[in-house]
Amino acid sequence: MKLSFELNGKPATLEIEQRESLAEVLRGRCRLTGVKISCEAQVCGSCTVLVDGLPVSACTLLAYEVRGKRVTTIEGLAEESGRLHPLQQAFLDHFSFQCGYCTPGMILAAKALLDDNSVATDAEIVAHMNGNLCRCTGYLPILKAIRQAANEMRDEK
Amino acid sequence: MKPLGDFQIVNHSVPRGDGIPKVTGGAIYTSDMVVEHMAWAKVLRSPFARAKILSIDASEAKAQPGVIDVLTGYDLKGLSPYYGHGVKDHPLIAIGQVRFVGEPVAAVIAEDELTAQEALAKIHVEYVELEVILDVDTAMAEGTPRIHETDFADGSFRGFDDFPGAAGNICQAVHVGWGDVDAAFAHAAHIAEGEFYFPMVYAYAMEPYVAIADFDAKGHLTIHTSGQHPFMVRHDVAHVFRLPLNSVRIIVPYIGGGYGSKSYTKIEPLVAACSWKSGRPVKLQLSVEEAFLTTRGDDARVRIRTAVDAQGHLIARQATIHLNTGAYAENSPMVCRKAANRIVGPYRMPNVKIDCFAVYTNTVPASSYRGLGGAQVTFPGESQMDELAEMSGSDPVEFRLKNLAHSGESIHPGMRPIDADIPGDIREAAKLLRMDRPLAPGHGRSVCCSASDAGAHPVTLAMVQVYADGAVSVLSGSTEIGQGSHTVLTQIAAEEMGVPLEKVRLIGSDTAVTLFERSTGASRTTTLMGRAVLEACREAIAQIKVMAEEVFAAPAEKLTEERGGLRHGGKFLTWANILEEYFKMEGCSIVGRAYLRKAGDLTLVPVFWEIGVVGVEIALDEETGKISLDSLVTIGDVGLAIHPAMTEGQDLGAATMGLGAGLFEELIYDGQQLMNGTMLEYRVPRFSDLAKNIDMKLVQNRDGVGPYGAKGGGEGAVNPISPCIANALYRATGARIRRLPLTPERVWKALQEKKGIARG
Repeated sequence: MKLSFELNGKPATLEIEQRESLAEVLRGRCRLTGVKISCEAQVCGSCTVLVDGLPVSACTLLAYEVRGKRVTTIEGLAEESGRLHPLQQAFLDHFSFQCGYCTPGMILAAKALLDDNSVATDAEIVAHMNGNLCRCTGYLPILKAIRQAANEMRDEK
Repeated sequence: MKPLGDFQIVNHSVPRGDGIPKVTGGAIYTSDMVVEHMAWAKVLRSPFARAKILSIDASEAKAQPGVIDVLTGYDLKGLSPYYGHGVKDHPLIAIGQVRFVGEPVAAVIAEDELTAQEALAKIHVEYVELEVILDVDTAMAEGTPRIHETDFADGSFRGFDDFPGAAGNICQAVHVGWGDVDAAFAHAAHIAEGEFYFPMVYAYAMEPYVAIADFDAKGHLTIHTSGQHPFMVRHDVAHVFRLPLNSVRIIVPYIGGGYGSKSYTKIEPLVAACSWKSGRPVKLQLSVEEAFLTTRGDDARVRIRTAVDAQGHLIARQATIHLNTGAYAENSPMVCRKAANRIVGPYRMPNVKIDCFAVYTNTVPASSYRGLGGAQVTFPGESQMDELAEMSGSDPVEFRLKNLAHSGESIHPGMRPIDADIPGDIREAAKLLRMDRPLAPGHGRSVCCSASDAGAHPVTLAMVQVYADGAVSVLSGSTEIGQGSHTVLTQIAAEEMGVPLEKVRLIGSDTAVTLFERSTGASRTTTLMGRAVLEACREAIAQIKVMAEEVFAAPAEKLTEERGGLRHGGKFLTWANILEEYFKMEGCSIVGRAYLRKAGDLTLVPVFWEIGVVGVEIALDEETGKISLDSLVTIGDVGLAIHPAMTEGQDLGAATMGLGAGLFEELIYDGQQLMNGTMLEYRVPRFSDLAKNIDMKLVQNRDGVGPYGAKGGGEGAVNPISPCIANALYRATGARIRRLPLTPERVWKALQEKKGIARG
């Protein structure tokens, strides 16, 4: 079947099979391998992408569900100039990752939160991010990065 | 020794070398890779824990369109199909018998992954079930059949690297002892005695095991893998396929977590056999559910008693440790050795008798888990320290301080003396935790510690390439598994060569390009590879100094070394300038190298003592038994932090992993079946488990054998966390729990029991 949607700000039309998950299409057909697969059960959050600005687990969403919608992956976050999104920069500044496997999903989940609520409290950040697992960092460096990015995104508004 | 303030790049939290790729999605992991003409494999797994395979009929699967071939244990003629660095007991695919539920029985190689998956259902295996052996007591009982009916050949490390071996269902036995424990216990003022259990855990590296193997037309084998020990994988694979070492090339791209679970050989021989059989490059990507069935941590039953005299000095410790090692040895012989060493703790212990057994059972093979036996035995050891403090009428911190070994003192006869300030670390932890504050109801605090013989066997070879344009490449066989080695090693090279960090590139890991490094584990990389890189830089500089005599037309004694180059009177030339002048040709480079081995100041084991010091304050919900962390304190006694922020990150990460086993994590078997081998059912620490207050402190006494006095980190804090929580729980409630994890149910039951006893 044909699938048309907006991918990282550009129109995309692909031939896909009905059974394909969004993660399979993004990773396999679009070679956007920043979408990471881990638990395949909506527990870990590593495959998080944004669909119309909301975080979804691409591993368990059938690709055809995004027809006509806006999909954002980690590859679409930095500006064309190469300038990083404030969350990406904050993750660098606070050493908010080690192996990096959860990072794309973490950053996108955090983006969804801050786009909606740039004055999120720590409690709100923790509640929102609780569906994204990280086995390396112990979470504090990620919390610090999200706090910093929230400040910057507020200032930019 | 260079003063701390003089470092330009080392000891600074510079940007991570792998930072930009990891925040932009550009970092390529093996799971992201495809190669030309690649086929996919999928694995059929055993439904039985112990069974004979009578026949395998794969004809229907082979006939399915898109299927290229099927590999079974009947197809391995010409290979040496058993591998293992400790014991060569592990067939790359089941041969005539299966030994745990989930063991690979057949692999389908197909044009795409879905076709391979579908064809699995068309393979027909006839089994005869055998009596299953699921626990260590059954395995060791007289008359129990052997899980491995033959004695297997020793791996390359047996009898060489602390693997003395054993027989029957005991995969490995290690005995550690000195003094006379019986006499000591006979005269003890107080004895703490008990049986403890550390659960079966799963490391949950978020990237499941994956490898791509490719036998080329010349018979050379290239494997891209998520494995963290490329040279150990090369050893096993070269043995299986009877290839010379330069015919096996292991390349490790970015790795999505390991924590021990990606050490040594996992799926690589199987994937290579798929390529060997099919003549195609083959990728095998396991799911997380399959990873649960590939490796786990050894669960441990520890019977232990510890004695003090009337003055509150420790006089003896005796322990019998049984590790449930599962169906194959993997790295459990080393876990056995390390558990036996580490249970002694960082204390002056004049009489010791430890008997540790790694026991085969028909469960998922156990292997390295962060801390290598340390977490399993620090739980009982440090729990008893608090019990003994109470019996002695002493404060637990004071009691520890009275018994801790000081820097330079020996805790294991014949081993390296303690190279850390553990009493100072404990005092600092107690201070940061503010132990003197009154406790709120339901709250408890504790400070615990551990000392691990870390670093593994020191054979570490490194090269640096110094270019005439000022660039430097570090060629390192250490893998970047997230711990930050690619950053730390470039920092050291930049510091030594006097070039900006941006000029230094890390090349690795690729066994065809980088020199041998035994492993990336046991917290060794900063200490050993860091030192090798430092020495390789110095060796390159020594070569350039000889060239400089010609370039400056001056003898060596007239040349003075300044940061980044040499001065002769008013003329300063960088190392690169000298190379350029010497070769008079663009693009030249020279190689500096260093070969570290067990010699000189690396003769004594361990390479260094890895110290874990943590403090916690817990808050208990008595209604539900749920424990949460109010405060967490970590002390990193690391000699010198090459990268302070990442070093603290290692401590917090290790503590959080320890928190998982302490509070939630346990693999549960019902009979022969693993019941909770999915992330829906296996609960790991989440954002909401973050302690309310976190304090991390680095202690930098420059007392290690690593570069600039550095030592390793990353596995210390995982060990003392669970006893720390258990001790804090005791402090809060008077309930002493000797079995992890401290789930709400277990805690609630213990509280009810205690209330029942109180009511009489």
